[in-house]
Amino acid sequence: MNHKNETPEQRKYLAKRHAASRRFRWYGIMGLGIALMTLFFLLGTMVLKGYSSFFQTQIQLTVSFDKTVIDPLGDQSAESLARGDYRAILGNALKRVFPEIKSRDDRRQLSKILSDGASFQLQDLLVSHPEWVSTSQTVWLIASDNVDMWVKKVVDHDLPESQRRISDLQAKWLAFLETNNQLRLRFNAMFFTSGDSRNPEMAGILGAMKGSALTLLITFLVSFPLGVASAVYLEEFAAKGRWADFIEVNINNLAAVPSIVFGLLGLALYLNLMHLPRSAPLVGGLTLAMMTLPTLVIATRASLKSVPDPIRDGARALGASPLQVVLHHVLPLAAPGMLTGTIISMARALGETAPLLMIGMVAFIMDIPGGVLDPSTVLPVQIFLWADSPERAFLEKTSGATLILLAFLITMNALAVYIRNRVERRW
Amino acid sequence: MGFSWIGTILAILAALGFLVGNQRGQGLARLGRLHSLPRYHGVFVALWTALPGLLIIILFAVFSTGVINGMIMENSQGGVENAQVLSVELNKIQLIAEGSMPFREGMGISWDSVERMKNLYRDAHLSALFCVIVVGVMGFQYALRRINANFRARQEVERIVRILLVMASSVSIFITLGIVLSLIFEALRFFAVIPVSDFIFGLQWSPQTAIRADQVGGSGSFGAIPLFAGTLMITGISILVAAPVGLFCAIYLSEFASPNVRGWVKPALEILAGIPTVVYGLFAALMVAPAISDFGGQLGLDIASESALAAGLVMGIMIIPFVSSLSDDVINAVPQAIRDGSLAMGATEAETIRQVVLPAALPGIVGALLLAISRAVGETMIVVMAAGLAANLTANPLQAMTTVTVQIVTLLVGDQEFDSPKTLAAFALGLSLFFVTLILNIVALGVVKRYHEKQ
Repeated sequence: MNHKNETPEQRKYLAKRHAASRRFRWYGIMGLGIALMTLFFLLGTMVLKGYSSFFQTQIQLTVSFDKTVIDPLGDQSAESLARGDYRAILGNALKRVFPEIKSRDDRRQLSKILSDGASFQLQDLLVSHPEWVSTSQTVWLIASDNVDMWVKKVVDHDLPESQRRISDLQAKWLAFLETNNQLRLRFNAMFFTSGDSRNPEMAGILGAMKGSALTLLITFLVSFPLGVASAVYLEEFAAKGRWADFIEVNINNLAAVPSIVFGLLGLALYLNLMHLPRSAPLVGGLTLAMMTLPTLVIATRASLKSVPDPIRDGARALGASPLQVVLHHVLPLAAPGMLTGTIISMARALGETAPLLMIGMVAFIMDIPGGVLDPSTVLPVQIFLWADSPERAFLEKTSGATLILLAFLITMNALAVYIRNRVERRW
Repeated sequence: MGFSWIGTILAILAALGFLVGNQRGQGLARLGRLHSLPRYHGVFVALWTALPGLLIIILFAVFSTGVINGMIMENSQGGVENAQVLSVELNKIQLIAEGSMPFREGMGISWDSVERMKNLYRDAHLSALFCVIVVGVMGFQYALRRINANFRARQEVERIVRILLVMASSVSIFITLGIVLSLIFEALRFFAVIPVSDFIFGLQWSPQTAIRADQVGGSGSFGAIPLFAGTLMITGISILVAAPVGLFCAIYLSEFASPNVRGWVKPALEILAGIPTVVYGLFAALMVAPAISDFGGQLGLDIASESALAAGLVMGIMIIPFVSSLSDDVINAVPQAIRDGSLAMGATEAETIRQVVLPAALPGIVGALLLAISRAVGETMIVVMAAGLAANLTANPLQAMTTVTVQIVTLLVGDQEFDSPKTLAAFALGLSLFFVTLILNIVALGVVKRYHEKQ
């Protein structure tokens, strides 16, 4: 850099220019830094807030299954067991742990450390263990959402009593249970095996996951054949002309139409015109299929385009008809690329929320859908619903469901990247 | 559902058709030279068996519910004054007929109508099945009759497949047509009640009052200006974030970064691009909005908990990868020779980029930014979760503002009476959203395309 005949001014000027160049480079690094930091921060927030949803607070109680209370008909049938008064049994069990509590108010407070679901849990246990009737058993039962939040220290224990949902008295009882090893945090299987619930501690994502799977299945079944067929036509058969240009412009525009507009179309077409059932995965899948079709066509066309022409020429020279060229040679070679495109568009459909709000997939649904016509919801909508719930405990469920959704999406995208890097042929 | 059974029967018929056609072809082949391979004869027969039946199934699936509902409605109590009540009843009848709701007295519907609907559905399914079988057998026989030694089965099959391909590729046009028609149709019904000028130029948006039409002054006001202003504000903030950050990312990645860095950073940006919008919305509502509100509180500013700023910032983050990957492509398309020429003349790297590469790539970058704007305008979940519902007409980004998409969602989610101006307004908003994004897309795609042709 140091040439002999450079004047100091020139050297200074040059240094300034190089400094500007370095600065410019730093802007770029800063831009990337902002993007990556946000990604890191976002994922970190979700993990920190969400991982606790995979754990559940449980309380150990010794319950005596008094036959007259839980089996009013006396025949141990499921119907009779369903009529049992499990709240009374739970009350007695709690009384045995805390015999000193006498006042009604305190009793009520005490019963609130258990979830509303604890009595259903007892009932289920009894149905699977009929021999437990008239015996005493030690069982672990779900704690209420407030206790759960308290034990996980999501709620600040130093807050004044009036600002938290757990009273000082309840906190004392919980501490007592903990010293007696009657309180534990365990893997929350319920989160993965049950549907939505009004009680945060009992809410699960199985219903939403199954709804997502059914919806995605319909989306795939409709959009994949249509997408491949139209891409094959446009890329391999259509004469270059006005019509092909028109379809191409149309598809490119459709790919950039806001997703909520597809929701409006789904509402007008499937619900108002065809009277298909509201909230059904069938309608959701059909709506998302319209949305993913253009992206799928574009991706498939790109992979068809990457198959070099000599392959087509060779096949034709050996006497293959145009359709045989495509079916026997071009499509198999383009398959990995098509697969990548399909996985990416399915991942996009899996994360889509707005169009599904339009066709009524936002309803509160406890049942796990059994088929494509049952009302159901999907994972992203479930996140949206929980995010709207006022209960504090739904916050961790929201983040937990987000983690599950992100895990699915990242797996799908990683699979796509793997196929692109490993399986796809470079010519 | 009855139609899946009919579909299965049709598939069995088609499989039979293939077997018979294949057999026939092989039989002919034994007698002498055949034009096409026997399996093409099989496929030919199968296609002729299945396709007409498939069309019938689709027609039945699309129209049966509507027709049956119409018949039930016609038959119910003569004095039908309120279509609203009727559709609720129809819904109940349907749920009971499907067996997903128990029948009780006093639901306002008669068991007769439930029976009638069940019977009508059964009839519809039976007649669909009958039609499918008749048409299938007819197609089967027609195809079989055409088969002989000189029959060009392969050409015929290819002709049919080609027609199917053309039909598949026109589906996208039907989707566009469907969007345009349904939006225009519903929007026209809205504009029959609310004048267009009130909608486009009105300064007041309060659709909620329209629920009770008997109230004094309860016609609701549907002036969309506050929504357009809110959309503009949030889109503007997001572009202010995404354009510089995204562009610098693209410049760094395409001009400075080593292949190793690129290999790590690009997938990370792809992850950022692949995060669902509902997660961004959650992030905005959970972290960014409270943080901004607290920060403003420390400065002594009064920031709404659902400020336009928070929604705009997060939306900006969402479109960073979009801007950066599009601009990256555009910058990479600038020929290396121009760069080399500039560097050889003694320009520094930054000068080359600023004065040579960026001007050359400018049209493409503008196109990318237009696409990003269109994306931000149509984005829904972030604003639904983080921007407010109140239609404030303000220039202050620290206040809650609402957008077109938020209003579409709030108007259509929850209890809705169809036909009221309130629900129809959503379609009018959807129409304006569709046209704005369409114009942005056409311009952007045109610019990008012309730019690529020039290179």
